[in-house]
Amino acid sequence: MSSNKKYWKSVEELNENSSIVETLQQNEFVQEIPTDEFLGDKSSLESSSTTRRDFLKYVGFSTAAATLAACEGPVKKSIPYVVQPERIVPGVANYYATTIADGFDFASVLIKTREGRPIKVENNNLAASNGDANARVNASVLSLYDSSRLQGPKKGGEDISWETLDKEVGAKLNSLGGKQIVLLTQTFASPSTSKLISEFKAKYQNVNHVVYDAVSESEALDAYQMMYGERALADYDFGKVDTIVSVGADFLGDWQGGGYDSGYAQGRVPKNGKMSKHIQFESNMSLTGANADKRVPVAPSQQKQVLSALYAYVTGSGSKSSLDADLDAQVVKAAKSIQKAGRNAVVVSGIQDVDAQLVVLAINKAINSKAFNESTPRTIRQGNAKAVSQLVKDMNAGRVGALLIVGVNPAYTLPNAAEFKSGLEKVDLSVGFSMHDDETASLCTYIATTPHYLESWGDVEMKKGSYSLTQPTIRPLFDTRQFQETLLNWTGNTASYHDYIKSAWTGILGGNSWSQALHDGVLVAPALPKQELVDAIAAPEGDVVEGEEVPVTTGPDVGAAARRLSIAKANGMELTLYTKTAMGDGQQASNPWLQEMPDPITRASWDNYLTVSRADAEQLGLTNENEANGALNGSYAKVTVGGAEAVVPVIIQPGQAKGSVGLALGYGKTKGLKEEMMVGVNAYPFYQNLNAVQEVSVVAAEGVHEFACVQLHNTLMGRGDIVKETTLEIFNTKDKHVWNAIPEVSKNHIEYEVTSPEVDLWDEFDRSVGHHFNLSIDLNACTGCGACVIACHAENNVPVVGKSEVRRSRDMHWLRIDRYYSSQDSFESDNEKKDNIAGLGSSLSEFGEMESASDNPQVVFQPVMCQHCNHAPCETVCPVAATSHGRQGQNHMAYNRCVGTRYCANNCPYKVRRFNWFLYNNNDEFDYNMNNDLGRMVINPDVTVRSRGVMEKCSMCIQMTQKTILDAKREGRMVKDGEFQTACSAACSSGAMIFGDINDKDSKVAKLKEDNRMYHLLEHVGTKPNVMYQTKVRNTTEA
Amino acid sequence: MKQVKHRNSASKILILGTVFLFTFLNPVFGQDEAAADTAAATEAASGGDVAKGEELFKSLCAACHKRYKKMTGPALFGVADKYDREWIYSWVKNSAAMIAAGDPQAVAIYEEYNKTAMNAFPQLSNTDIDNILAYVMVPKSPPSTPVPGMETQAVSGGNGVSTDVILGILALVFAMLMVVLYLVNKTLRSFAEANNVELAVSEPRTPIWKAFIQNQFLVLVTAIFLLLASGYFVYGYFMQVGIDQGYAPIQPIHYSHRIHAGENQIECKYCHSSARVSKHSGIPSLNVCMNCHKSISEVAETTATEDYSKEFYDGEIKKLYKAVGWDEASQSYTGKTEPVKWVRIHNLPDFAYFNHSQHVSVAGVECQTCHGPVEEMEIMYQHAPLTMGWCINCHRETNVQVADNKYYEKIHKELSKKYGVDKLTAAQMGGLECGKCHY
Repeated sequence: MSSNKKYWKSVEELNENSSIVETLQQNEFVQEIPTDEFLGDKSSLESSSTTRRDFLKYVGFSTAAATLAACEGPVKKSIPYVVQPERIVPGVANYYATTIADGFDFASVLIKTREGRPIKVENNNLAASNGDANARVNASVLSLYDSSRLQGPKKGGEDISWETLDKEVGAKLNSLGGKQIVLLTQTFASPSTSKLISEFKAKYQNVNHVVYDAVSESEALDAYQMMYGERALADYDFGKVDTIVSVGADFLGDWQGGGYDSGYAQGRVPKNGKMSKHIQFESNMSLTGANADKRVPVAPSQQKQVLSALYAYVTGSGSKSSLDADLDAQVVKAAKSIQKAGRNAVVVSGIQDVDAQLVVLAINKAINSKAFNESTPRTIRQGNAKAVSQLVKDMNAGRVGALLIVGVNPAYTLPNAAEFKSGLEKVDLSVGFSMHDDETASLCTYIATTPHYLESWGDVEMKKGSYSLTQPTIRPLFDTRQFQETLLNWTGNTASYHDYIKSAWTGILGGNSWSQALHDGVLVAPALPKQELVDAIAAPEGDVVEGEEVPVTTGPDVGAAARRLSIAKANGMELTLYTKTAMGDGQQASNPWLQEMPDPITRASWDNYLTVSRADAEQLGLTNENEANGALNGSYAKVTVGGAEAVVPVIIQPGQAKGSVGLALGYGKTKGLKEEMMVGVNAYPFYQNLNAVQEVSVVAAEGVHEFACVQLHNTLMGRGDIVKETTLEIFNTKDKHVWNAIPEVSKNHIEYEVTSPEVDLWDEFDRSVGHHFNLSIDLNACTGCGACVIACHAENNVPVVGKSEVRRSRDMHWLRIDRYYSSQDSFESDNEKKDNIAGLGSSLSEFGEMESASDNPQVVFQPVMCQHCNHAPCETVCPVAATSHGRQGQNHMAYNRCVGTRYCANNCPYKVRRFNWFLYNNNDEFDYNMNNDLGRMVINPDVTVRSRGVMEKCSMCIQMTQKTILDAKREGRMVKDGEFQTACSAACSSGAMIFGDINDKDSKVAKLKEDNRMYHLLEHVGTKPNVMYQTKVRNTTEA
Repeated sequence: MKQVKHRNSASKILILGTVFLFTFLNPVFGQDEAAADTAAATEAASGGDVAKGEELFKSLCAACHKRYKKMTGPALFGVADKYDREWIYSWVKNSAAMIAAGDPQAVAIYEEYNKTAMNAFPQLSNTDIDNILAYVMVPKSPPSTPVPGMETQAVSGGNGVSTDVILGILALVFAMLMVVLYLVNKTLRSFAEANNVELAVSEPRTPIWKAFIQNQFLVLVTAIFLLLASGYFVYGYFMQVGIDQGYAPIQPIHYSHRIHAGENQIECKYCHSSARVSKHSGIPSLNVCMNCHKSISEVAETTATEDYSKEFYDGEIKKLYKAVGWDEASQSYTGKTEPVKWVRIHNLPDFAYFNHSQHVSVAGVECQTCHGPVEEMEIMYQHAPLTMGWCINCHRETNVQVADNKYYEKIHKELSKKYGVDKLTAAQMGGLECGKCHY
């Protein structure tokens, strides 16, 4: 049976008394056109000396004058290189493999540079095991051109030279009189940096290295150490298993460093009738939960009990569960699935508790999970929460002589930032290694300004044995020096860091060539490193804090851990702090692309907010309302955790576990970034003991918050066939027509499929010649991560418009990822109920009932961009033929021809056209990247920067397809499958987006077009799009 | 009588001027003969063949040596007097060995020229070296000093007479004529009056403008004509707005394509190499100029034209040296550079995408097709209008070069079947679609 679920885009739509939804459906202009503003004032109109005729005269004259003045063309200068670098050819892009390792995001990437400017981040396909570029990594290239960056070393706010800094700091380091020198750093996971720091320690005797992760994984590291004797994180490959149970782990997000989505997506696409089953227990609605087959909302303290019960059921040991019957049944089902799958199952947890992490490791050990790879633990989180808190104590006790802060911003990210700040005053010498004059750096005596990673050298070992290299892709823009260079200088080493890495890598390289490793960016087959380097790497980053327990060698008592978990209890509300897909830990808060990227779940941009369940919101008197123009407003709530309190806007989040609330970290920065970017509330003060789960009290507060949410505009209420979905069982057993039927229309009382030429209004063009591009989007593989959204921004010069414009539904994203909630949590009851509706009365009441069920919805992500319809409705209404169809299947948009009538946008059934309401570049009224010289360096020179008053939309990256064709022509060869890419398909690491030429019958996309799961968006409209979707299949089979 | 007198004087001036000019044209031709004489004299003195020597010098030595000027190596004029002939033979054949052997003279030269080793020429016989020496020992021919009297000639001579003078003379002649006519008329009238001859008095007629206004048909026709004409011109004016055909801005360095691409036959893509692979043809970086101009620091006498003297061109090369930071005296880069700010001539609007490599490498279009006779341009100008109509027109008319290009194999077969033609134009290949150039 096909699933006729009703999807809704906003809670507002569930509110039957809401007149707004109806108004929006019927009115083109949501607000009255304010003619009274200029016609209402009779007296001033009459007293005006300018008559209508005069006015027209002025207009005429000024138009003529402007026309004449515009006749003279400007003189353009062209300045060639004096000595042109060998590898730079103006107009041809160069690619460099490098690695981002900012302490939060670790990924091997490929950087596209034009005329020496890095302009885009792409996936490094050689780096199979080193993570994929997520949205933040994709956007990191813009952070290079951040005009709020520091431009040189500073002392007390004054510019100084590096020589002075070296001299003064060197002198002070030698005259500390026995006080300790503390290196407070991010996680580097860098073999050469570890070696360098150990040399620094050797030179200055009393050096203490503290590693601090703003978003801590300390407990997971401790648990792993207890179990396996090594402080690292377990490495999983979700593609190898068919049953995944997650208890509070947002592994498609940033859980334990993230980067798991490509493996996960592999198993999610049904192959030979099989796909993985994913059960998620969580409190916040996370990206992972949204992708799960079965999602159970559970408050954080209960998650511990769930985990303990799961352990008991799976291993057959441990205490009995004290869970309520419903939840217990779910846990039993999950346990059965695991037992049935055996080795093909994996359990993960995001609970920040050593016991919980131990239990998870024990379960995976017990079932001997295939997904867990013991030989390659991850080293990308090394932070030690205890060491950090000890450091703050030491600082306040005056025991710290010098503090070198590298890559972290504790004055912003520490929950006890005030203590840290007061401690910092007692430190004799403080040096901040930072790109920005941020909360911490501004308090330091010296700022040793560091370059962006695209201007730096480096090496990373993300997993044991997987090495990668960072190389500069541009000469440093400012007078900066990377931390390692500075440290080399301070240890009296005259070598450059590049040479230092090279010599440190002699062991790692084995027989491989350095140039090849640098070219690839990764070392695929690492040889066994030399002994000294092994020691340097094996030594955990950071020092052991005195008094810390020595890891138990006999193996931890998992049973006791499970027992402790089972008695976890909560008093009142529980807060789960999380990191948003766009903002992460907040390092890139000054990046406008990320600020404007809508959250995949709430679809709100430029904000963080308290996510509250519907039930709790009603109880607390918190509301979400839509204004007449569709914009979302929310109540404020006062949130108190321990001593910290803040007033936070509220979003009512379907799927939020009752009794729990969520709040994103990384917002509310106040220093070192532009005022536009200082949005949201700083949630780090609630992150006490670096634990994401806190007991909290929430009360309603005064005021209304205005969200920039892209949620309610473009309502699709009452229009079906947007997202086709079925269950694995039906998919495997029933015919395609049952679960993916092509809509039919009747002609002469005969039913025809809408795709039949018989019912086509149009004459079909012959599209069999040349290329015919199609894009396939697999709803099963798409995790909603949003990397494509940012990649599209970067490739196509999409402007950032700012919070207030987004609120007015004037966002410019060419590619949006629609997120739909289902209205019922079970297909069968949903369908039955709908089938049983009869008569007006019943439909009125029961449709209403069906719409109100939103406590735990299923979620679907659907990327929507221009569908490049072969029968495009936009093309026929353009009065100036600015938009037209190409033979290769792309719907062209000639900006210079467009006069801005916006008929096309009105006639587009997919609502993918974007109008330039303003000039977004070189305009004083906006202050984003396109409005300063530095930020404009990221612009792709192959794509026009649009001006005010023109329509724009996805071009299916025609500049990329044209380039691929030209390359083939120049080389005199055919284009191979896989060569054609769009920015989004290239950025998609989960393989959800496949692009190619369907006239090449052997291509992947041609096969996908014939796939049973294939359907087109709004097929019944008859637009014949060149973008296709693959029906979502949900694995609801129970063990 | 007066008129005749005037005509006489004008032609007299012209004739006199012409004669004056030809009188002074003779001495200029004497120069070349003088140079040939000196060469012959040297030949006799040194016993070498100057012509053969010149040939050898130009093929082997000219990359690093000049006769009268220091370059990578020393100026060679006078070298035969300075060193022993035998020493020169062995130096030319293998200088490195001499330096290695510690010959004091050889080491001194080696040190003086920044330890730049001279290539060995073991293939040269002693006679060859004698010939070269004969050539380099030819003294510099004295510069062509202007003959006294040339300047005066320019002012008074026939060719030198400016049009202003002629116009002035003509105006004077006309004024005289008018005066004469008036005087004749007056005299005749006075004669008539004196003889009591009655002059016919013409009747006053309706003025022509009044007649025109009274004829309504004519007014209508004229109005329509004027409207159409003004419409035509206004349209024409607006259509040329933003079209800079013929735009020839003054460049910071007077770079002559005529000399480089024309006289010296340098292939366009030697300097504009990125046209082969990139969307930009690329303005060559200055190091490309220095590939040749390291050894070409001045132009030949024959390069100079009436408009631009040799000194002018040499001055322009000095500008290049200054920009690239080349010190002629020490034959080395100083490191002080001043990038040249060329004025861009061919400007396409940002919304139009144009790729040189598509046209140059794939389609094999000659540069001259769009850029005009560049090899004749002393000053570069925009040859084509660069309008969309111009692009489209070419796409309609030009056949795609499908031969030997595997990319086109399939699409050519299918398309030629579809259109029933063997040759396909760019337009048939989809070259008229908006999105091919606008994105």
